[in-house]
Amino acid sequence: MMHSKFAKLFPMSLLLMLLFLGITAPVQATDPGTGSVADRIAPVGQVQLTGEPPLETESEVAAVEESVEPRAAPTPSRSDYPDIGVSSRAIVWVLAQLHLFFGALVLAVPLFVLIIELVGLFTGDERYDDMAHEFMKISLTGFSITAILGGSLALVLFLLYPDFMAYMMRVFGAQWLVYAGLFFFESFFLYTYYYGWNAFRYGNRKWVHLSLGLMLNASGLTIMVLANSWATFMMAPSGVNEVGAVVGNIWEVMKGPLWNPINLHRFIANIAFGGAVVGAYAAFKFLSSSDPEKRAHYDWMGYTSNFIAILAFLPLPFAGYWLMAEIYAYSQQMGITAMGGILAWLFIVQAVLIGTILLAGNFYLWAGMSRTDGSERYKWLVKFIALVLVVTFLIWVTPHSLILSASEISQLGGSHHHILGPLGIMPAKNIAVNLMLIVTFLSFQLYRRSDKVATVRWAPAGNALMVAIYVVAIANIIFLGVYYGYFTNTVYKVGSSVAQVASTLVVIISGIVIDTLMFRNAKILPSHWGRIPDRAQYALFALPIAFTWLMGLMGYVRSSVKTHWHVYTVMKDNSPDNFIPTIAYAGNMITIVTVLFLLCVLFMFWVANLSGTRQVKPAAEGGAA
Amino acid sequence: MKVLFKTLGFSLGLTLVFTLVTYLLPQMKGEAPVEKQVDLGSLTMDDFVALGEDLFNNKGTCTLCHKPPPLGRAPDIQGENMVALSAKRLADERYQGEAKDAAGYIMESMLDPSRYVVATWGKKGSNDSESPMPVIDKAPIQLSSMEMDAITAYLQAKDGNEVTVALPTAEAAAEVSAAPAGGSASAPAPAATADEAMAKYACLSCHAMDSKDALVGPGLVDVGGRLTPEEIRQSILDPNAVMVEGFPPAMPADFGTKMTVNELQMIVSFLAEKKG
Repeated sequence: MMHSKFAKLFPMSLLLMLLFLGITAPVQATDPGTGSVADRIAPVGQVQLTGEPPLETESEVAAVEESVEPRAAPTPSRSDYPDIGVSSRAIVWVLAQLHLFFGALVLAVPLFVLIIELVGLFTGDERYDDMAHEFMKISLTGFSITAILGGSLALVLFLLYPDFMAYMMRVFGAQWLVYAGLFFFESFFLYTYYYGWNAFRYGNRKWVHLSLGLMLNASGLTIMVLANSWATFMMAPSGVNEVGAVVGNIWEVMKGPLWNPINLHRFIANIAFGGAVVGAYAAFKFLSSSDPEKRAHYDWMGYTSNFIAILAFLPLPFAGYWLMAEIYAYSQQMGITAMGGILAWLFIVQAVLIGTILLAGNFYLWAGMSRTDGSERYKWLVKFIALVLVVTFLIWVTPHSLILSASEISQLGGSHHHILGPLGIMPAKNIAVNLMLIVTFLSFQLYRRSDKVATVRWAPAGNALMVAIYVVAIANIIFLGVYYGYFTNTVYKVGSSVAQVASTLVVIISGIVIDTLMFRNAKILPSHWGRIPDRAQYALFALPIAFTWLMGLMGYVRSSVKTHWHVYTVMKDNSPDNFIPTIAYAGNMITIVTVLFLLCVLFMFWVANLSGTRQVKPAAEGGAA
Repeated sequence: MKVLFKTLGFSLGLTLVFTLVTYLLPQMKGEAPVEKQVDLGSLTMDDFVALGEDLFNNKGTCTLCHKPPPLGRAPDIQGENMVALSAKRLADERYQGEAKDAAGYIMESMLDPSRYVVATWGKKGSNDSESPMPVIDKAPIQLSSMEMDAITAYLQAKDGNEVTVALPTAEAAAEVSAAPAGGSASAPAPAATADEAMAKYACLSCHAMDSKDALVGPGLVDVGGRLTPEEIRQSILDPNAVMVEGFPPAMPADFGTKMTVNELQMIVSFLAEKKG
């Protein structure tokens, strides 16, 4: 059958090819041209006379001239920016941020889905496999939404910022095509991974499925790092000279000083964000259901999502620290614009958001302790953890310098409050944030221990070591912050914060190592999934809302540090929106984007549930009745 | 459905709380520098120094780093006498530059900041051989030579030293991109006190402050007894609205566009207290 079809198609194709050649050959042959043979064949540019040097076509000559004199970045005037009656920046802001939210979500979900699938494979517990499949199901529409938003964003950018986009096209050249091509790969792996879930479920086929998931993640991550290179080029251009003319190859253009810090920061943040969003789905399903079995399932799903979100969130400040350090190293002026200039106030809002995330994450863990009877051993510690969290949160949000009138300054006795002033500067905030992370890890550790009883002989010594590590790390963080922060100059202040972060990391890593060893073969106490107060589920809503708002805020800061430049130092922004807006304006924009995202996510979840719904066939008219 | 409304309400409420926080913070805009021409015909050295101060605080972004300790990330050059300090720096054995005087040293610091790095202020790990300061005539700051001259003049004049840089020539004017919005050579930095404000707008040229003597305009020693603060404000903003009998309509009518809100308030408060 197959053979006979092929036999029919082959001669037909051959015939078509001959026909095509037959049409084109006379066209070339019948063009007589004028002058010498060389002149007549030059326009074709394919033929070279024997013994003659290669022909130079006009386009080649132009290319040589162009390569001698690279083109500088354009310098559009205000009238070069199309005015459609609405703030161009506001439109791009909304679309870009929404695109980024969905992009983050659909890059993160396959990542932890793959890990959960692997856990399922190694533990043999099919619940993991089903949960991973469900995570994919609820985020599937997100891929289409991301693509729609990305396409709209590109069109809007070409419409509203034509000179800027022309420049970016010129700088990144064929990389755009690679970027577009990757979507074919990602779509292929996405659909085969999702729809092949049950077809490749066991044995060797499972490894095929896992490979598909791996390739899905590989193509997704490549898309992300390519897109990141545009953002980081705009912040810290490389591969171009001081007027923006391209002087390096595409790799030199992409590999700017901020590329890898942004890659790492976004990679980790995406996981935290994705975990938080699917956690909200689980919480909603938990609250909507009265079936104990379903509640148990969604409680477990919510816990797993929260676990992913908080685990990814803990190292995020360190990635952020690296990014800011690289920004300072690239341009101290840019760093200070972000951290000490007009944008510095936004970090107060950031503190409120991160405080919310940590409080919600901790609250969920404390509430989740009620699932096991063994948690009674640790509950007495919760009030102390809560106290530390609240105090450190308040220190973190304490502002330093305020805009004050003369009378207010005289009432205050100076531009800073004599008690609260010292709490407003970085050393106090470094102490606060490190302690917040440490006690959050403590909550997590207590939760993980609450359903286990260690059986190893050295358990008391292990506990004593753990307590000692906590005490020493906390003392070290406070000492470093106070001594080097207030009694030496700025250079040591910055240096000491690295040691503080290291202390926090030591607690986290040693905690994981000690607990892994100490609770090997531990006695497991019964857990009752679904035995958690309803109010705890609201923490799972607070997390994605705070994460979304936080991403919107920090994305705004990242973009605004360029001030009045499209591409920092090489292409000025002369559009009507080339100023940094007020914080309240930025807050309104971020809220609009967050609410739009929330609605889109609701749609995504609704569509996911729709696929599992089947309408009951209506009774036939004039039936038995 | 009830769960949907409860969770949506909670989520939207939380979003609004975050929005509210942004309303509680100071509301400032970061304006992009505006290109302006300097009127060389009327430019005095005082204007030039004022332009330098404005550039130092705004377009030049110098105060991002050059702040008083412990906040600064660079030497506090506004708090120090740069002319006296320059002499010490030039005599330092670490100095490898080519400047011969204070003006040359200040200019060299802007054009080639790593030529001499003040001890402890170098880039981390550079052993004070490399400065973190950007080159001022390059992007993103991109000051013109005339603007850097103005900053040099300001740094010399602020401590009462002689200004050795020359006023700009007509050729220099062509390349000038002067101060940011609200600041230019003809509208120097805002006054800090009522006295400064009145000197800036030359009130004393026409009004006597310590007597009732009439110059071009009436004496103002008792103006606070004659007029309410609102009337004083109106007299400055719209001087022709109510004329004092016997005086010509000579007072400029454009103070409303020239004065800052703060300057106007300082002058009104000052005059309102003058009750004779």
